[in-house]
Amino acid sequence: MFKQKNYLALGAVILVVLVLLSLPTRVTSRLKLAVGSWFLPLFGLAGAAQQIPADLASSVLPRRELLKQIDTLRTENQQLKSQAIQNAAVLRENNKLHTLLGWQQTQPWKLKLADVVMRDPANWWFTVQIDLGSRDGIRENLPVITESGLIGRISSVSLTRSQVVLIGDPNCRVSATVENGARDNGIVIAADPLDNSRVNLTYLASGANLKPGQNVLTSGLGGIFPKGIPIGQIVDARSVEFGLYTEARVKLNANLGSLEQVWVLFP
Amino acid sequence: MNWFQTILILLCAFLGVFAEGVLTFPRSLLGAQVDVLPVLMVYAALNARLLAVVLLAILGGIWADTFSANPFGISILPLFAVGFPIFTQRELVLRDLPFAQIVLGAIAGAAVPALTLLMLFSGGHKPVFGWGTLWQFVVMSLGSALLAPFIFKLLDWAQGAFGYQERSTNQFRLDREIRRGKILK
Repeated sequence: MFKQKNYLALGAVILVVLVLLSLPTRVTSRLKLAVGSWFLPLFGLAGAAQQIPADLASSVLPRRELLKQIDTLRTENQQLKSQAIQNAAVLRENNKLHTLLGWQQTQPWKLKLADVVMRDPANWWFTVQIDLGSRDGIRENLPVITESGLIGRISSVSLTRSQVVLIGDPNCRVSATVENGARDNGIVIAADPLDNSRVNLTYLASGANLKPGQNVLTSGLGGIFPKGIPIGQIVDARSVEFGLYTEARVKLNANLGSLEQVWVLFP
Repeated sequence: MNWFQTILILLCAFLGVFAEGVLTFPRSLLGAQVDVLPVLMVYAALNARLLAVVLLAILGGIWADTFSANPFGISILPLFAVGFPIFTQRELVLRDLPFAQIVLGAIAGAAVPALTLLMLFSGGHKPVFGWGTLWQFVVMSLGSALLAPFIFKLLDWAQGAFGYQERSTNQFRLDREIRRGKILK
């Protein structure tokens, strides 16, 4: 029936699994880094392959179109510069008022641009890999955003890449505030595995006055995400657990299905 | 020992895991990514040595977990749990028939993620799970079923084109030699 080598193979596999699963998290994350480095040549090839169409497109673009784009960018740059000057003045004034009132001064967050290089091969986790790592100053739990809003936080870091756990994954819970009169607080949790454009906002007060279209922002509670980052908008709400609390569905501002470039926030 | 087939299967697994993470198709369209490893495991279990099945389970599982939020090594056992029974019963399977390949691919494509999720829940982890997961299972199962004949053809072709046949043992028996010539009395 069963040959001896079959028993040996079965035993060897079970032994390897038991050893790997019983290793501490710190060791397994290092092992993941080591194994991930085997794929570095493939990442290089994929990056070069993605660059070719972009290079081809820019080489065939007519000169008139390029000059037009330069003009638009120049105008936009000037507008942004003047806005930055105004913002700096407001920030100085704000800091001055903070000092006068004896409040702690808030430091502006710095941003670092990263490319999304990979998505989680497993369908039951919402994570992506970005091309910034510990050598770029990335560390765990830094918030990650796009120009539309919050998308998640850094969950693990290697030398050249980091894993971002996206909002909607059970491992990325965010304390959020609804922009209404009562400023109701809740926690953003996972939603449907198929629809990563919506999440659930739960543990809201039972009598919360929620209306579709109200903005949902980070509350700043919990210490990971700074206050005021846009998350999404209320779609609908319902009372759960026999009216104990309210749960709302939130449409995310950021499109998690087509992430290409993201910003990592540094305090 | 003919290592070419084992190396070929492992190379496909290596590239397949990378492609699953980099490519947005069919995830962007169907909401789930198709896993190549179950199909490769079916191929290895039907056509390769036991060592190839073991190596594919261990290395393929490790590679898949490297880019995933899965605990490191959790994908090994589900892959082996699918490959090992097929390997032990492979003499009963008509492995060259596309129908057999499709059916086994579909079963493996659903069984591997189901067992992985079972192990995750048993370990106290909380993956994204809901009614949508059923649809993801359907996509993974159908995707594996469709991939199976293609991967079987591709690997058979590569094995035939680049591999070498192991030298068979000598069938010549001295006692059955026909001696020609005159019979000397």
